[in-house]
Amino acid sequence: MSKHHVTTVINGDPVEFLCATNQSLLDVLRNDLNMTGTKEGCGTGDCGACSVTLDGRLVCSCLVLGVEAQGKTIQTIEGMANGEHLHVLQQKFLEHAALQCGICTPGFLVAARSLLERNPDPTEEEVRFWLAGNLCRCTGYNKIIEAVLDAAREMRGA
Amino acid sequence: MLTNTKNIEQVFKSVGTSPIRPDGVPKVTGMAQYGADYSLPGMLWAKILRSPHAHARIRSINTSKAEALPGVKAVLTSADLPNQTFDYIGPERVAVNYWHMTRNVMAREKALYEGHAIAAVAATTAAIAAEAIALIEVDYEVLPHVIDVDEAMHPDAPVLFEDMITRGVEPAPTKPSNITKRLEFKVGDLDAGFAAADEIVEMSFKTAAVHQGYIEPHSCLARYGADGQCELWSASQGHFVVRAYTAKLLGMEIGNLVVHPAEIGGGFGGKTVVYVEPIAVALSRKTGHPVKIMMSREDVFKATGPTSGGSMTVKIGVKKDGTLVAADGVFKLQAGAFPGSPVMNAAMCAFAPYIIPNVRTVGFDVVSNRPKSAAYRAPGSPISAFGVESVLDILAQKIGMDPLRLRLKNAVKAGSPTPYGPKHSHDGYAETIQALLDHPEYNKPLGKNQGRGVASGFWFNGGGESTASIHINEDGSVVLATGSMDVGGSRASMALMAAETLGVPYASVRSTVADTASIGYNHVTGGSRVTYATGLAVVEACNKIIEQLRLRASIMWDVDVKGVVWEDGFAKPADKSVGEFEPLSLKAIAAKRAVTGGPIVTEAAVNAGGQAPGFSTQFCDVEVDPETGAVKILRFVAAQDVGRAIHPKYCEGQIHGGVVQGIGWALNEEYIYDKQGRLSNAGFLDYRIPVASDLPMIEAILVEVPNPNHPYGVKGVGEANIVPPMAAIANAIQRATGKRLTELPMSPPKVLAAIDAV
Amino acid sequence: MSEMRFEQPKTAEAAAALLAGTLGLGKVLSGGTDLMIHMRNGNVKPELVLDVKSIPEMNTIAVEDGGYRFGAAISCMQLQENKEFAATWPGVIDGANLVGSVQVRGRATVAGNLCNASPAADTVPAMIAAGAIARIVGPNGRREVPVEEIPISPGKTSLTKGEFIVSFFLPKRAPRSGDAYLRFTPRTEMDIAVVGVGLSLTLDASGTCTHARVSLGAVAERALLVPEAAAALIGTKVDEAALAKLAAAASAAARPIDDKRGTKVFRIKLAGVLARRAAEKALSRAKGN
Repeated sequence: MSKHHVTTVINGDPVEFLCATNQSLLDVLRNDLNMTGTKEGCGTGDCGACSVTLDGRLVCSCLVLGVEAQGKTIQTIEGMANGEHLHVLQQKFLEHAALQCGICTPGFLVAARSLLERNPDPTEEEVRFWLAGNLCRCTGYNKIIEAVLDAAREMRGA
Repeated sequence: MLTNTKNIEQVFKSVGTSPIRPDGVPKVTGMAQYGADYSLPGMLWAKILRSPHAHARIRSINTSKAEALPGVKAVLTSADLPNQTFDYIGPERVAVNYWHMTRNVMAREKALYEGHAIAAVAATTAAIAAEAIALIEVDYEVLPHVIDVDEAMHPDAPVLFEDMITRGVEPAPTKPSNITKRLEFKVGDLDAGFAAADEIVEMSFKTAAVHQGYIEPHSCLARYGADGQCELWSASQGHFVVRAYTAKLLGMEIGNLVVHPAEIGGGFGGKTVVYVEPIAVALSRKTGHPVKIMMSREDVFKATGPTSGGSMTVKIGVKKDGTLVAADGVFKLQAGAFPGSPVMNAAMCAFAPYIIPNVRTVGFDVVSNRPKSAAYRAPGSPISAFGVESVLDILAQKIGMDPLRLRLKNAVKAGSPTPYGPKHSHDGYAETIQALLDHPEYNKPLGKNQGRGVASGFWFNGGGESTASIHINEDGSVVLATGSMDVGGSRASMALMAAETLGVPYASVRSTVADTASIGYNHVTGGSRVTYATGLAVVEACNKIIEQLRLRASIMWDVDVKGVVWEDGFAKPADKSVGEFEPLSLKAIAAKRAVTGGPIVTEAAVNAGGQAPGFSTQFCDVEVDPETGAVKILRFVAAQDVGRAIHPKYCEGQIHGGVVQGIGWALNEEYIYDKQGRLSNAGFLDYRIPVASDLPMIEAILVEVPNPNHPYGVKGVGEANIVPPMAAIANAIQRATGKRLTELPMSPPKVLAAIDAV
Repeated sequence: MSEMRFEQPKTAEAAAALLAGTLGLGKVLSGGTDLMIHMRNGNVKPELVLDVKSIPEMNTIAVEDGGYRFGAAISCMQLQENKEFAATWPGVIDGANLVGSVQVRGRATVAGNLCNASPAADTVPAMIAAGAIARIVGPNGRREVPVEEIPISPGKTSLTKGEFIVSFFLPKRAPRSGDAYLRFTPRTEMDIAVVGVGLSLTLDASGTCTHARVSLGAVAERALLVPEAAAALIGTKVDEAALAKLAAAASAAARPIDDKRGTKVFRIKLAGVLARRAAEKALSRAKGN
């Protein structure tokens, strides 16, 4: 079985890997690159736990082939903090208790960052609709939405 | 309003704050390791072959082709697992039968549901393991199947166990059936009670099986050594219980198995049982390599325990002035393929919030060809509450009484009777009702197609065994370990209680979860027991450490230990007569530990009783689209007696989460089976849990009526909040449309059909 | 273990040749949001996965002859982000905005949605209502086909082996035109449509409807173009009476099944309800132009 040799950039670092044609990017990240921060909740794009950005575009990594990462830039949860400095969203999630079990949290953080890059001043409704692709079973979404809105406020300097 | 309490006016420094949890940074950076995030060198991947049939006799299993596939290291069937004795073990409400358990983990005589595990393969890659299970040949004799609880009780239904004779019936039936048990609770005189009623309502209801819906599929990693010692990393709600079940099913000694608590991606009761752990351990034993399993989402829906679907009839009689005089409930819950639905809970909780002199509840535990049910957040109580709280709403309207006031009039308090024996020991229910009566939005008028519904709920809450250990580091920081898995922030609550008791800053307490080899027994993180019972162990351990610290200080000062007090995190002389000594911090005492007696450590264990139940009262406002039947939640307010909120934000979070699960249960969640008994909606696309855009902000009201049996007044929070929502929504829909829905989920086609019906 | 090939051609003709030359199953990979799921389920075992996203003509959106041509590899998010297109065809964007989630829309394409041939596809009814034409490339060259002729039944299209869609053309929009897509789902997002309606209409200066197209999704084995529903609007001021006729025609044309997402009875009723609501939305957009 011959594999594809893929060269890509993940969280700003050059990365190379081998993958089979039908191997998902999620599988490559978790099982070949040991980047287990991105989670598998369903494998079919219905839960958002595997969210990453691909060339700046928010996607489910379970629906992207590993080979499609060739020449692209990927951002995962592992690249969100800057060393000891958490991203504002990460900090707000902690302060607002926006996670209980935390399994959906990486996906939500990646998705929320993508939202705020596009729309720095979203309404509550806009936040809820943007994040509709991320399932959470623990929190009822309340504190996640509050954390995102609060992070947006802080990032705007408001 | 506060009775039966001590410490009414306590002022706390740590308890009642909402600091960042100790495991927070790893969880927001993707560093925390959940069940599927562990690897070991030489690890094999396992996949499980599952039955495509809802009901079939297994004539033979031929694994030779799978075994021959290059990369396959072992194939497992039930033949590799020891026999178990048929016996119901433990208290009736939570009895376990290993004869059933081993067959659920891996089928023997029969496949009893689509998705039932038949065999498993360990191979060098997941792809090879998947290919191998397709090569296993199983000779099935397909049998007729039955899914629905009422159909399964029918005398002509296909029978799952040819020797199942209903327990709890005198004389015992002669013919086998799918009814594994009948139970009954009764107080007073039903006939007299109903005779005295001015209004009686009797109605039947049905609920669908719903899955806990945790986002993390079941996962584990096992490493069985040539010396018979095994390590297991498992995402569960109780690693000691996982150890006990896995060891039993493998015929291992408990002491030879160490279970490490991986972080858990949601459980809600569904991860208090084992599915993949025994298989991983058995395959690791067979291959001599570590073995990793992660269930697919499809397998989680097909093969792990949802809670039961139920069919019930509820009859309640009330006087014109709102006094409840009699109540009768018959609850039939489907257990899935093996006995053990939460019907006993359903029967006990149904009328528990109310003082009713004449009550009977009857329960039937029924098997059918679907996955074995597992605990789901207050198991059983939400099901019976759907019927009871709906009937109460109808009665309230019949007598022209506000539904909250009807509940308040009959609300239990400390000393009130229960239908199942012991008296209530705690207040708190009335206070949750009052919180809503006082809510500014409760009397706000609503618009067209809108309605407001209320409901209440009760859950026992748990106590039980917990162990906590403390040691003081050389720098005076505190390491606190318990054996309670952290599902929703309990590390933080433990640290808060420790910080409060010791009088030290929260930031100086390292709160950890220890594995089964490193701490004494801890029962599951479930039953809303951890903040209460493990909290008791933590406080006791702190008190023991304080005794040690006082002793060390007395040695350092060369005074009698009676002359040393512990105050605000410092050892101080009790009074001037002891001497002029500067207060000693933990750091100062720890620095001298070598000359005062060595390491400063302790452990405390409890088998906690005295826990208080959970009461929740809720109201919700809905708007119904009369042309489509779509129900929109406009507002949802949930009050719950939490005793004392150790970490208020996490208490609120529990209420938000339980309510939203209830909303999903009410409106959209169900199992859809085809004519062959196969699940049609085994995924998050068509098993519809609420998404963020479906919901408003849920408002949680933390009512605090402290539990005098706990030093900080704790009452378990996790579960009572899921009990009322389904009835609250049904009642709101009725107020909005004039139509009463009696079947869950109240999905748009059902609501529209009710609206359109004449 | 079978060898699954992956190719990333740079021209449509090269892609067509690769597809035609594959003995076994060759699948086009645009967004992949359906293909990946079919592959995971084992429904589909391709010998060749053909990534078309490197083909320039499949990645452009441009004005052409006063109308719009957009490439088949354009994702739903990209389509929505093109402000001029979105302002001209808000109904097509309504549909594109409802496919899956933001994550799915970051990859999913209108072409993929059409060729996956689910009768409930969210982008199809509005594209049909718009009168969109698909440009197809195949081993025998290129051809143009109205999009309503592409899906035949669940999972099946009229494309022959080796053919795939390279772009869509939407005609020049007359003034006072509006379109809309509405669907019914049990949740607000993430669900497959139980019923979908795409509707486009044009008014003259007096406010009379001179042109309309109505398409129903999820109520038959493929999305339907319903001329009788359009006829209910043409020549009217889209008043209450016309809307009632429209609703009746939509319900009459619906021939759904009972399945896990909805019953026959429910879908037939909702086809009428949604047709009316889609018309109201399209009308208000037409008046706003």
